[in-house]
Amino acid sequence: MTEETRKLAFICSKGTLDMAYPALVMGWAALGNGVDVTIFFTFWGLDIIRKSRQAHLEIAPVGNTSMKMSMMGIPADNAGIPNLVGVLPGMTALATKLMKDKMRALGVPPVGEYIQMLVDGGAKLYACKLSVDMMGLKKEDFVDGVIDIVTASDFIDMTEGAQIIFI
Amino acid sequence: MTTRLIAGQAVHVNEEGFLTASEEWTKEIALAIAQEEGIPELTPAHWKVIEWCREHAVNGRSPTLRQITEGTGISTKEMFALFPKGPAKKVARIAGLGKPEGCV
Repeated sequence: MTEETRKLAFICSKGTLDMAYPALVMGWAALGNGVDVTIFFTFWGLDIIRKSRQAHLEIAPVGNTSMKMSMMGIPADNAGIPNLVGVLPGMTALATKLMKDKMRALGVPPVGEYIQMLVDGGAKLYACKLSVDMMGLKKEDFVDGVIDIVTASDFIDMTEGAQIIFI
Repeated sequence: MTTRLIAGQAVHVNEEGFLTASEEWTKEIALAIAQEEGIPELTPAHWKVIEWCREHAVNGRSPTLRQITEGTGISTKEMFALFPKGPAKKVARIAGLGKPEGCV
């Protein structure tokens, strides 16, 4: 077969738990379909590959209009979680725990394990140089499997011909 | 659904080339499909995966990659080495099963 391999490149710019999963799930699905996968982590997205942060990604109920009381196990139909309640100490931790529990129940691996699966499946991971410099980070701050710290220009070069998904 | 001649036998396949009647599958068919998929020969490691998937198919569908790695103890890396470019789908096709269902 001479047909060219399809290429997908993800840009992960968010570091919340809910925004970490889209690239992981789609990236894994892409690898499973024989598609070449590159992931560029920038700004808060760096948390997904930071050793010290990866296991501590969170989701906050404050300002999140999609998060309803019913997700917390309270049968309140379509009522949202009042922002005033969301600011109470422990609410972010509670929402995070609930989301992690639901993911676990569905057999979805935690972020760290997912990243490792992607690396083992051949996904290429890069950290954004500007963000890394801004946050005062070094290569050692990132989990194994992160190939390099590269500039935006490098990323554009290495993703020629790829479909790019910004998250 | 159409029939296709694989390794000298007529078998039922769907539009994506997956066998639709897993009982029509034979080891010769497995080898022929593997070769079409760019895997020249099936080693004992390949067979271990193929047999595990046949035993663990649900409603004729092959397990997902994560189910395979967890169930067989074969690592993700090794799976991609054995069945390059989309291991779970490739195994499903070779094992005469339906495409795996599920995101992980």
